[in-house]
Amino acid sequence: MATFFGEVVVAPSRAGVDDEEWAEETPEDRDIRKELEKKREIDVLWTLKSGAAAESPAEGPSACSRFIVAMGRNAAAFLSSFILDSVCWEVVGVVKLWNEWCRTSSTTNVLPTDSFCLFYRLISDPTVLLCQCSCYVAEDQQFQWLEKVFGCMQKEGLQVIVLSTCPVADYKTQESTLTLPSPFLKALKTEEFKDQVCCPLLEQPNIVRDLPAA
Amino acid sequence: LLQPAVSVGNVGQLAIDLVISTLKMTKVGYFYTDCLVPMVGNNPYATTKANSMDLSINAEVYALPSKKLVVLQIRSPFIKNKYRPFCQTLLSWVESSKCDRVVLLSSSHAYQRDDEQLLGTPLRYLLTPDLEKAVGGLMQELNWKEMEKVAAYPGINDTEKVLHIPGGGITKLLFTESCSKGIQMAVLLKFCSEGDNIPDAFALANYLNEWLKLIKSRVNTAAQWKIPSSWRLLFGSGVPPALF
Repeated sequence: MATFFGEVVVAPSRAGVDDEEWAEETPEDRDIRKELEKKREIDVLWTLKSGAAAESPAEGPSACSRFIVAMGRNAAAFLSSFILDSVCWEVVGVVKLWNEWCRTSSTTNVLPTDSFCLFYRLISDPTVLLCQCSCYVAEDQQFQWLEKVFGCMQKEGLQVIVLSTCPVADYKTQESTLTLPSPFLKALKTEEFKDQVCCPLLEQPNIVRDLPAA
Repeated sequence: LLQPAVSVGNVGQLAIDLVISTLKMTKVGYFYTDCLVPMVGNNPYATTKANSMDLSINAEVYALPSKKLVVLQIRSPFIKNKYRPFCQTLLSWVESSKCDRVVLLSSSHAYQRDDEQLLGTPLRYLLTPDLEKAVGGLMQELNWKEMEKVAAYPGINDTEKVLHIPGGGITKLLFTESCSKGIQMAVLLKFCSEGDNIPDAFALANYLNEWLKLIKSRVNTAAQWKIPSSWRLLFGSGVPPALF
């Protein structure tokens, strides 16, 4: 494609096509790819019962009735400000991951400005779990995160609540987003969720993507 | 099985939206896959408040038993390095479910056309050898144009020709894999550019309809496709009045 100034460039495409993607891999390419994949693996580490620091992927929570997940800095900050405290909640796990945007560690002693992904349990009702995920989980890690975190839990009778934020500018509506009273809440729910939802449902054509969607 | 390739202008996907919406197809399942970027939203084909609350995700399957038609819709881009695994999983599903034939709707960069392709129809087709035997004659009758091959080494050696579908996403990979597995696959594609691709989607859907006759169309009148409610606001929200 030629631009106005006469330079020939490859046209960008919404489809995100990569033609070289499936060219035959050399053994070196394969090794590099496998190394990168290993580096991008996610580890979910649960604190052992004795309260020692998480060292190995011990068994996850045995029973879980309610799992609240906060994704992104805003949602994580909401939980820190209004829900979490050291009296009622205890840390029971951590997710260790690396990608180009952030790295989390296995330490559970974090600052609000760090990137972290921690699991808490309500002391008075150990079947209530909470996850605070302020780090960015890359596209290729999202499925892994999902499988490894939910893989540890029983799904029978489990209620999951996902808290997340999106920029108002991304919200599609007939009027301009400038006139919208923000912030505002919208929800998406599965058919099986029978409880009352406290806000309107998200209208088409708006969608949610990435880890909250997963 | 009718499905789109995630390709330039998302034309295949838009055309599939038209098919599902017009034929009021029922959702029968979905792909639980790590190959596509996750997304979720409410029912994109909602017609009433009641049916607007069904969740919809990135890869869903719809069916219309009366026409023996199954449609796969893909709603998000592929994750890097996942093209091949997805194609392999998809084709083994096609084989294990004993699907008769696959029709893939796709598109290709218009700016990569050569001088001859710039003239005439921008629509092309491809058939795997197994399907060529069955419907090759019909394509001749419809006066359809087969996708041209290009020189493998342009300028150096013009005799060796290869299939090249720039901007086509998984189209070429799926097609070549289907050829080698003996799967009956047809690819219908349109040359286009990124922009308002709704007219391209209509053109591709009408092209498909010439062959499969999914909906009635009178001579000299375009078939009546129903635009899904999710196509609202394709180019963003309303404009602030203060701008003027």
